[in-house]
Amino acid sequence: MKKHYSKGSNILTAIFVVVGLLWVFPIIAVVINSFKTNAAVNLNAFALPTKETFTGFNNFVKGMTFGNYPFWKSVGYSLFITVASTALILVGTSMSAWYISRVNSTFSKLFYYLCLFSMVVPFQMVMFTLSSTADSLKLNTPWTIPIVYLGFGAGLAIFMFVGFVKSIPLEIEEAAVIDGCNPIRTFFSVVLPMLKPTMISVGVLEIMWVWNDYLLPYLVLDRTKYMTIPIHIQYLKGSYGSVDLGATMALILLSIIPVIVFYLTCQKHIIKGVAAGAVKG
Amino acid sequence: MKEKKHHDPSILSSELIRRPIRRWFPVFLLPTLICFCIGFLWPFAQGIYLSFCNFSTPRDATWVGVSNYVKAFKDAGFIHAFKNTALFAIVSIVLINVLAFTIAYALTQRMRGANIFRTIFFMPNLIGGVVLGYIWSMIFDAILKHYSTYLTANATYGFWGLVILVAWQQIGYMMIIYIAGLQAVPEDMLEAAKIDGASKSQTLFRVVIPNVMPSITICMFLTLTNSFKLFDQNLALTGGAPSVIINHAKVNMTELLALNIYSTYNINKNWHGAAQAKAVVFFILVATLAIAQLTATRKKEVQQ
Repeated sequence: MKKHYSKGSNILTAIFVVVGLLWVFPIIAVVINSFKTNAAVNLNAFALPTKETFTGFNNFVKGMTFGNYPFWKSVGYSLFITVASTALILVGTSMSAWYISRVNSTFSKLFYYLCLFSMVVPFQMVMFTLSSTADSLKLNTPWTIPIVYLGFGAGLAIFMFVGFVKSIPLEIEEAAVIDGCNPIRTFFSVVLPMLKPTMISVGVLEIMWVWNDYLLPYLVLDRTKYMTIPIHIQYLKGSYGSVDLGATMALILLSIIPVIVFYLTCQKHIIKGVAAGAVKG
Repeated sequence: MKEKKHHDPSILSSELIRRPIRRWFPVFLLPTLICFCIGFLWPFAQGIYLSFCNFSTPRDATWVGVSNYVKAFKDAGFIHAFKNTALFAIVSIVLINVLAFTIAYALTQRMRGANIFRTIFFMPNLIGGVVLGYIWSMIFDAILKHYSTYLTANATYGFWGLVILVAWQQIGYMMIIYIAGLQAVPEDMLEAAKIDGASKSQTLFRVVIPNVMPSITICMFLTLTNSFKLFDQNLALTGGAPSVIINHAKVNMTELLALNIYSTYNINKNWHGAAQAKAVVFFILVATLAIAQLTATRKKEVQQ
């Protein structure tokens, strides 16, 4: 093995070890501080916990149940909204994309171009009117917010699905129709399995978007009753100083652990999916 | 006529699938269409309309013409946010792309642990902007404490803090695109350069870089649009602080465009119209950049 690497490449590796450690330093700082007392974080955030400042898992327990809106509720809502919205987007947009590319009428083309158009519109353009529309239609709960996500996120997903459906040969679907399948069966048992690679790419993009999204749920949800993780963390920052910094770091650690586990387990799909989304303006 | 159509195999093939799907319109397209109208189309149209109105809620809107736009452009905070965003975009485009390309170039050389480093550099990209803002504000405050100051004391700290945060987040992403570009450089070209006795830097500038130009274009535009649309990180890191008074108006010194629109809404209801007008201006700006990106990358594709 050693023969493959030159002396120069070993120096390069050494440099990258240092840079890599610097790179993960912010995450390490979060881990260190999540085990320290509030006073110790305030005094020196970069010091390792000592016997006096080490608090074990107290910060985690305290953070999870802190205040009149405990963090575990936000975690639950975040999980539900992410899973439900992603599922709804995948089903809704893949069906529409198939309809658009197979029917090919003036109306379906118009809808497709509107979807493309929606991709270049920043959220700030619609934030005020979207939140008032969602409010008046009573879409301000975690159970109904997936509808808003499908509406605002349809553009990119439909664009990606249409691109793929166009490359599927018609013959396979024709065979299904001749065998007596109705469109529902043709779609779910013939087309959908072929869409799997795009499903994964779109799914990854939507999961990353919805899980990390702050402004849309902040404006749409009824915040007195429902919070998501980003809203909760921003809320804690708003009351900076009055909250326990050690406990907040513990919460931040808890909120990034699922992301890192998700990343390390499906790294290949994530990098592919995120790169596929690069077309979005 | 119908008989004739059925004899043409190409028409038959599309009609065979097309007609039954059409009948299922309410199942396949209608639900997404309704959601699209609720979540995008109606809010967008209403947003354009309201930018010409005075309103506190969409129901009490009264038409005022272009006065909202005049008010928006007279607002010192908006102008400052625009200049700030442009400066931020230039700095982050240069910084992110130079570093991302350097890292990608190093990682595509024969090197121990290249995959692990790639994993590490990409990771910050997956953490949400609000969480990133919180983490970095803790770190910056801890560093600045040694100089007995803090992050929001000075707009310069806030600006460079945001640059560091965004670079940390996006370098990994651009690195992935550059790695893909670098791996697509034809082996025989590199070999030919080697045989001709080209030095490492000659190969880099004369062979490698011209070949990865499409990736460079994509990354430049991505960092540009990302800088213009930046919101969460800006809100969570400094929230626009510190603010100063210029011509009787409060100006948040570290605010970028998206955050400025948001905070304009929150001043009071007299500013709703101007905020919506700013949003329309912002939309036109971002859409223009996105379309320019599309045409630039399309052209490159044709050339290849």
